[in-house]
Amino acid sequence: MTALLELSGVTAFYGASQALFGIDLSLNEGEAVALMGRNGMGKTTTIKTICRMMEHRDGLIRFAGQDLARMPSHKAARLGLGLVPEGRRCFARLSVMENLIAAARPGEWDFDRVAGLFPRLAERRDQKAMTLSGGEQQMLAIGRALMTNPRLLILDEATEGLAPVVRQEIWAAINQLKQSGLTILVVDKSLKELSGVADRYVVVEKGVTAWTGAVNELTDELADRYLGV
Amino acid sequence: MTMNRETLINTILAVAFVAVPVIAMGMNEPFIITLATKVAIFAMAGVGLNLVLGFGGLVSFGHAAFFGIGGYAAGILASHALNYEPIMESPFLIEGTTQMIVIWIVALIVSALVALAIGAITLRTSGVYFIMITLAFAQMIYYFAISWPAYGGEDGLSIYVRNGFPGLNTLDPISFFALCAVMLGIVMLFSAILIRSRFGLALQGARQNPQRMTAVGIAPFRIRLVAFVISAMITALAGALYADLNRFVSPTMLSWHMSGEIMIFVILGGVGRLFGPLAGAALYIILEHLLGSVWEFWQLPLGVLLLIVVLFARGGLVGVLAGERKHA
Repeated sequence: MTALLELSGVTAFYGASQALFGIDLSLNEGEAVALMGRNGMGKTTTIKTICRMMEHRDGLIRFAGQDLARMPSHKAARLGLGLVPEGRRCFARLSVMENLIAAARPGEWDFDRVAGLFPRLAERRDQKAMTLSGGEQQMLAIGRALMTNPRLLILDEATEGLAPVVRQEIWAAINQLKQSGLTILVVDKSLKELSGVADRYVVVEKGVTAWTGAVNELTDELADRYLGV
Repeated sequence: MTMNRETLINTILAVAFVAVPVIAMGMNEPFIITLATKVAIFAMAGVGLNLVLGFGGLVSFGHAAFFGIGGYAAGILASHALNYEPIMESPFLIEGTTQMIVIWIVALIVSALVALAIGAITLRTSGVYFIMITLAFAQMIYYFAISWPAYGGEDGLSIYVRNGFPGLNTLDPISFFALCAVMLGIVMLFSAILIRSRFGLALQGARQNPQRMTAVGIAPFRIRLVAFVISAMITALAGALYADLNRFVSPTMLSWHMSGEIMIFVILGGVGRLFGPLAGAALYIILEHLLGSVWEFWQLPLGVLLLIVVLFARGGLVGVLAGERKHA
């Protein structure tokens, strides 16, 4: 079986300074993988190269059977990469409904299904995104990515800075998405919640894939070494 | 849905806009009808600009190019028709016309092509570069019109008889006003539908966060190019009507003063608001004729007013009256 997403030996630079030194990562259809590592280790950079917001230098990135090198960002998105970016970034002056419609592409995900996943969004459908709470904006950002009917949902720090109750709500939704068979790549720091969702962990350290394995293979010792927990 | 204050203001504006010329007709004041027609035409040009300026966040300082192209479409086609000289004979015959509908179609097509070319180049830049390059293109067309003697050059081109519209005496001021008002209504309705469509939402989204738009699979450049072309077409249609209103076209319609004026209507009335251009054009014409009749430097207070709007009331006239701050 070929992987839906495959990165091998990916390097990337910010100007002259190298951020990624060799990322290997593969994700099969229907799988949920957690990308982990301490701050500044290259998690977000890895995601940026996958989503073509940044060009990689060496190595290979393949998604859905296509080489992503030099592919513009919007084309990669059209192949089925649905990104929920760090810091949410909804279209502040558009309403909830408008945010979702703007992103919509035909498929099984539509407004009703997003509203079913996040009932709070349905209640606030005509409210401007800028008036939503942080948690609701996060739900909207996830909903917007789902409206593109992605083959792979990428969540970058989806619950950062949110209240515990809201975090639980969002993790429950992510779990539901996983159960429905959606392929998910998730970046987060909270091992506890990740262990409930992910099938496998990929740990990056200093821009290199340092460890990869099933969830139950991550021992306390390894967690302490790579994640400092 | 309850009527909010902006909807109320818009309704009052629309009613006043139609009522004033009708009352003027009763009082036998054709000049006021002509002014109202000018408001309709300027508002239409503003609706065009507002699409890119207000909703796309693209400050085009070259919309006079499209306004003038519309004007010259009317002038050139009419002059050929009146002189019985075909525009070209080979490889196929193209004759002039005095039918507004044909003129509008020509204006729409030519402006769309020119906007496509200008947009494809200028939209690769942003901010002050975009402003300057759109201005540069418009000035190129302006100087071309000045130096092209076939259609009057600097002196412009007269349209001896206002072009016709089936079933309408276009020389009758109120009929011509009605035609312009209906066209404005159609354009505003189209614009309202467009900005609420997925395309319009994507255009607004691309202004607020282009990278996010890319991440959901939409290239901002294409969305903006399409918006730029539609915007130019609306402004060109207004230009064609303006030429018929004055029965005269000249390079003035293409000059950067015209681009500035269109921008002033939009800013005065309310950037990114559906009725902003109508309110702005009406205010501009009223000021021009009230202040202009008492003081030849009437543009000085206009400038002060513009400054006040930009500094303290960025929602423009409609924004102030609706009592809601909505920064563009």
